[in-house]
Amino acid sequence: MKRAAVILALALTVMAGSPARAVQPDEIMADPVKEGRARELSKELRCMVCQNQSIDDSDAPLARDLRLLVRERISAGDSDSQVIDFLVARYGEFVLLKPRFNPHTVLLWLLPPLALMGGGIALWVYSNRRQRTGQSGEDALMKLTPEEEKRLERLLAAEPPGEKAD
Amino acid sequence: MIAEAGHYALVLALGLALIQSVAPIVGARRGDIALMEMARSTALAQLLFVGASFTLLTAAHVTSDFSVVNVFENSHSAKPLLYKITGVWGNHEGSMLLWVAILALFGALVAAFGTNLPLSLRAHVLAVQAWVAAAFYLFILFTSNPFARIAQPPIEGRDLNPILQDIGLAVHPPMLYLGYVGFSISFSFAVAALLEGRIDAAWARWVRPWTLVAWIFLTLGIAMGSYWAYYELGWGGWWFWDPVENASLMPWLAGTALLHSALVMEKRNALKVWTILLSILTFSLSLLGTFLVRSGVLTSVHSFATDPARGVFILLILCIFIGGSLSLYALRAPQLKQGGLFAPISREGALVLNNLFLTTACATVFIGTLYPLALEVLTGEKISVGAPFFNLTFGPLFVPLLLAVPFGPLLAWKRGDLLAAAQRLTAAGIVALIAIALMWAWLRGGPVLAPLAIGLAVFVIAGAISDIAERTGLFRMPLPVSLRRARGLPRSAWGSAFAHAGLGVALIGIVCETTWNSEYIATMKPGQVARIAGYELKLEGLTQRQGPNYRETLAQFSVGLDGEKLPAMTPSKRSFTTRGMSTTEAALLTRGASQLYISLGDASADGGIAIRAYYKPLVLLIWWGPVLMAFGGLLSLSDRRLRVGAPKPARAARRLQAAE
Repeated sequence: MKRAAVILALALTVMAGSPARAVQPDEIMADPVKEGRARELSKELRCMVCQNQSIDDSDAPLARDLRLLVRERISAGDSDSQVIDFLVARYGEFVLLKPRFNPHTVLLWLLPPLALMGGGIALWVYSNRRQRTGQSGEDALMKLTPEEEKRLERLLAAEPPGEKAD
Repeated sequence: MIAEAGHYALVLALGLALIQSVAPIVGARRGDIALMEMARSTALAQLLFVGASFTLLTAAHVTSDFSVVNVFENSHSAKPLLYKITGVWGNHEGSMLLWVAILALFGALVAAFGTNLPLSLRAHVLAVQAWVAAAFYLFILFTSNPFARIAQPPIEGRDLNPILQDIGLAVHPPMLYLGYVGFSISFSFAVAALLEGRIDAAWARWVRPWTLVAWIFLTLGIAMGSYWAYYELGWGGWWFWDPVENASLMPWLAGTALLHSALVMEKRNALKVWTILLSILTFSLSLLGTFLVRSGVLTSVHSFATDPARGVFILLILCIFIGGSLSLYALRAPQLKQGGLFAPISREGALVLNNLFLTTACATVFIGTLYPLALEVLTGEKISVGAPFFNLTFGPLFVPLLLAVPFGPLLAWKRGDLLAAAQRLTAAGIVALIAIALMWAWLRGGPVLAPLAIGLAVFVIAGAISDIAERTGLFRMPLPVSLRRARGLPRSAWGSAFAHAGLGVALIGIVCETTWNSEYIATMKPGQVARIAGYELKLEGLTQRQGPNYRETLAQFSVGLDGEKLPAMTPSKRSFTTRGMSTTEAALLTRGASQLYISLGDASADGGIAIRAYYKPLVLLIWWGPVLMAFGGLLSLSDRRLRVGAPKPARAARRLQAAE
């Protein structure tokens, strides 16, 4: 049913191709507070026939219909979450640009923090292991390798008299 | 004739690439110098033939030869000459041809300037480069031939998409491709190193400038694209977290990480294995971006499934190259020797931290972009992942990263002193706190996060200045000494300071634009006045004009601020008859780094016109930031040690001295 609604909406938009750009003057609500809420909500809702545009940005007729719908619900006294629920019930999760946390999106939401944590832990384990296996950690870091000693000697020997560029 | 010659030149380039894929490697295995040297000539010849092919397609576009399908579908005889030329890459086939032309250019550059590379390394690098090239020549010739003819040539073309008829198209795609494709060099170097089974310091010295070149172009290309979207699309947005944008952001994030890890590898011979992996990943993400944009998979998974020829071909290229190089990596990487040790608190440690956050940010964009596609393919369920998701997950990753940025350059190699670095950053910290306090006092209970973000940005900028002040002894020594020291400072030190400051500058722009953007939307009639952020915009009148291939409605606005008269603004709306499409040409009035922005909507029946006006404070900083970053990159590139093709310094001692 949801799918059918989307397809229908898509078909309608393709047929009616009149250009309009994002929020139109005649859509704006009289109450600035309510209008502000409508704008914030619009930024989170997808224009389903566009490529990844919110209905706030899109110039498609469907986006206009959705913007008007959002304002209609707001003036009917719906809270923000009620408006969202209403739209999801009508158009499916696809309408949300920020997916809700549910079994299907667990990985989407958890992978980024897990990647950071995993990377951090991997680094910690790795540096610990290298500290232990590397020539007894601390001292090795402070000492120059024989190769570096040689380079240092060469450097000092080759230093031109007078000033030196930092 | 022109089209056939172009087609044939491309076939010849494929032949050369196939030779170049095999001969040098066989030569390296047998120790045959002649065979290895062959890679050089074939790489140069490839550029010649692909260049010819590209020039011939351009010629077909310029002469409006509508018997060529590509010209017919994307050109019009009345189109201005500039757009006839840029229209060459304003479509799928032509842009792929540009892609391979740039790939050939980079291959030829390695061949021309790589004379001081070890012969077998160069042979391997060019062979790998030829594998990529051959795959894409085949792709073009089999699925996206730009030279196909029409049996019955039409008299007029269908014109280029009007949104693309802009100077942006002349700059943005070539820049972006120079970046994307430029990363193929570090990829080829990485695979060559894995094939040879050894990497040394010379390897890192070679990879870093090439990565830097690609990174500079990609940075500018992305920034340019963002500014183009900002003024062309008519509602003043500059970043949409669109999958196409994400496709270019991912290689940028990975490339930035690569730039920093290559630094560790060059200076300290550490992080070798990781640098190799990043080189592979960065170019893999470029390939992935090409796949996402070119296969049609983004429009809909279904449209991809119904016309799969192109998509499947690129997917195949993707799998072979990414899968192949990662397998090779898994096979060979354990044999590579690990280099220098370092304590967690050190310059190396800071750069590792930078890599951790940048790769996580890259992974976040990757997951957000591909998750909906994967979910739909696996379960059929459709979800959207857009700006609100990315702002919530990507944004926070940059906070610790930016906090750490000023510390990095102040830490010593091998083993640093965090406390000492913090002491040197005291001044920067104080400046940042003052900025926060001032913002707070000025706003009094406005948005909470914005002043903090501005403070962070100020800290990054002040940190970059402190770094330079510290190195030159500014305020501690007499001015002439400082100035002399400033001149003696390696250009790469200046480069990193500029690039880091650029981050802060961009952040200020982003915060100001998103927080304090004022908007005015209304239907106006001539004579009416709109007030926005203290400016008075008076609609003086509407006029019509005929352009070369469009009709235009212009609106004249006179602009005033506190009685002072400012230059007039004339936004317009163009309708292109051939495609039946219209575009808005926003009018921009720049005041310092801030801009007034007016774009037109529809005309109403009673003679009024819908307008959208914005005042965007400090919005230009969003793009000045990346320009500063690119400038920093350029400075770093001009550093004597890195100059491409520079002869080796006469004495080892001199080189060491320049390395801080």
